[in-house]
Amino acid sequence: MSFGILADEAGFSDLAAVIMSAIVFAGSAQFTAISILAAGGGAGAAVAAATLMNSRFLPMSAAVGPSFSGGPLRRAAKGQAVVDHSWALSSRGDGSFDQALLLGASAIAYCTWIGGTAVGAVWGDALGDPDALGLDAIFPAFFFGLLLNELRSRRARGVAALGTALALALVPFTPPGVPVLVASLAALVGLTRRARAEAQERQEAEGEPR
Amino acid sequence: MTIAGCAAVTAAIKATGPVALGGRELPTWFTSVVILLSPALLAALVATQAFAEGDRLALEADTVGVAAGGLVFWLSRSIVGCVLVAAAATALVRAI
Repeated sequence: MSFGILADEAGFSDLAAVIMSAIVFAGSAQFTAISILAAGGGAGAAVAAATLMNSRFLPMSAAVGPSFSGGPLRRAAKGQAVVDHSWALSSRGDGSFDQALLLGASAIAYCTWIGGTAVGAVWGDALGDPDALGLDAIFPAFFFGLLLNELRSRRARGVAALGTALALALVPFTPPGVPVLVASLAALVGLTRRARAEAQERQEAEGEPR
Repeated sequence: MTIAGCAAVTAAIKATGPVALGGRELPTWFTSVVILLSPALLAALVATQAFAEGDRLALEADTVGVAAGGLVFWLSRSIVGCVLVAAAATALVRAI
């Protein structure tokens, strides 16, 4: 529902918001893309940022791969159902996944996601002056909440600080959207030997890449 | 344009995992960077939206609102509360 309201804010028509939810079906990437458009960024920057946001699905869907039945086409189709919570829910903890649970959980999420977008988009129209209601603060506040959830390790906090600094330093000099993309380079901190060693440990502890 | 682009890359990423990589582990350096992409991107999104107006940096009503929302999330872990408080605080500062 929040996506529908925010898409409305970003100037999307109700139909466009629902179509996006129906064919993209990746919440954080959708939020990222429309917030860059809302800030005046171009379609290229919006898609690039959404792609980076979605890159986590690569290790996630690779981990699920062996648990899917069927040929390559059917496995690719089932891969579309990978979203964060159904992935986490269907993980058996030993590196394998419950295929039926994953597909079922995603099917329910898919319907509520689209329905919610529609309700939010229509409701958003009726809200009135967005600035007077402070609705422009919803985007950054939402991302702030997600960010606070991610800051469990010291390295994540460092990367967030570096990303913030990079983005703010570039704002006066580059078109909207570009600072966010450049800030993603902060994630390259993950290439240091210690970060890799920790990722390896985590992988072994969980029995699956994340 | 943006919608079609996002749909295409999302579908491609999600299909690559189970088919091309099925069963094989990704290199550690890759996973290690991917884990850190979310905090980097989210932090940059928050910073640019809360502090930037066009191409200049500014402390405005929405900066106060976002800070208030963050505090609420930190205390309550509620994303709905965070967003509602952020909007309300921004509206309040603007109204004053």
